[in-house]
Amino acid sequence: MPENAPPDTQESISAEIASIAAAHEKAGQGPLLDYPPYRSSILRHPTFAPVQVDPEEVELAGPVFGARDVDPADADLTAQHPGEPLGERMVVTGRITDGAGRPVAGQLVEVWQANAGGRYAHGRDRHPAPLDPNFTGTGRSLTDADGWYRFVTIKPGPYPWRNHLNAWRPAHIHFSLFGRDFTERVVTQMYFPGDPLLPLDPIFQSIPDTAGQQRLLASYDHGITQPEWFTGYRWDIVLTGPHRTWTES
Amino acid sequence: MTDPTPGTPGQTVGPFFGLSLPYPAGPELVPPGAAGAIRLHGRVLDGAGDPVPDALLELWQPGPDGAVVQEPGSLNRDGWTFTGWGRAATDNAGHWSFSTLRPGPGRPGAAPFFALTVFARGLLDRLRTRIYLPDSEDALAADPLLSSLPAERRPTLVATADPDGYAFDVVLQGAGETVFLESRP
Repeated sequence: MPENAPPDTQESISAEIASIAAAHEKAGQGPLLDYPPYRSSILRHPTFAPVQVDPEEVELAGPVFGARDVDPADADLTAQHPGEPLGERMVVTGRITDGAGRPVAGQLVEVWQANAGGRYAHGRDRHPAPLDPNFTGTGRSLTDADGWYRFVTIKPGPYPWRNHLNAWRPAHIHFSLFGRDFTERVVTQMYFPGDPLLPLDPIFQSIPDTAGQQRLLASYDHGITQPEWFTGYRWDIVLTGPHRTWTES
Repeated sequence: MTDPTPGTPGQTVGPFFGLSLPYPAGPELVPPGAAGAIRLHGRVLDGAGDPVPDALLELWQPGPDGAVVQEPGSLNRDGWTFTGWGRAATDNAGHWSFSTLRPGPGRPGAAPFFALTVFARGLLDRLRTRIYLPDSEDALAADPLLSSLPAERRPTLVATADPDGYAFDVVLQGAGETVFLESRP
């Protein structure tokens, strides 16, 4: 794009999203890496398909984390400052398994997110929404013996970004996940059901099949919600070894 | 064999991972200057040859004896326990650096390598690759992965020796594009 060209509109980005979706009805499970509607991907995606390799022993293992690494208090993002953060207090919990349904036990889960106003406590976030002195938006946890994780947090707000004119990210929580081995490592984003920004978002839409998109949506769960305290969301995660990434070859 | 349940898809690490993922001593699998310590460093470059200042790399490797390490403590290093795992963000010049030990061969005669995972803003899913040590030509020539590659792509997986250890650039796209890997199911 020439330097002084007007920014792309949501309509033109949405049209690109629709034409790519039509061309990829049979998709793999990962996002398209070459996905021009997400403008920052244009110079940052490989052009060669990944090379298939038989994993060596070290790649069939992964790093081990334990009590030395993670303080249980790190799983409560609302308790890191003297005061209560602003916004909707919520719990997100779920079970992490491998593709065969076996629990991923004792593994590290890391999260980060914007505050209720859609602002990250990060120096490079220029969105003029208020910072919350009582919310940093970062947490860690180890899964239990049956693969469960649980975070107490604040529901993040949507926020604008500069991919195109009037671009807004749907509310999301970033998740960093370690599986049973090195090949199962995933960093992803959890979204909220029914968010009207999901169809407009080039990052969410980079997953070309609806079933894949659904796997990034938490579900509201009234059984997790606690009276007079927080709402509850359930999000289960599956980490598979032969992690196919859809790439043009 | 394919897994019966499809996996949770990845998404980009985005611009604000610095809030959560990098941590003090993340790049120091051993303290710099420790006995046997080497420096493994390089840049992450995009398709225009420009440095990528918002990438994150994770290193996973066996010890010098080639054995897989299963020790906790990577996030809270004691300075004495080698955990085999580290994490480094790129700086404003797209440069990253680890202080670590030379990995040993996983099997007798095998070519030793570091396993590497790459994340970045603009990269919609993580990439995996290997960084081979350049020291044994015979082992490199016999390596099943390297020998399967076209000759011109093979050097993208082999580090260059330098005075403190090894240098290796991750090229996301274009001339000299790094070979990225996917496990055979």
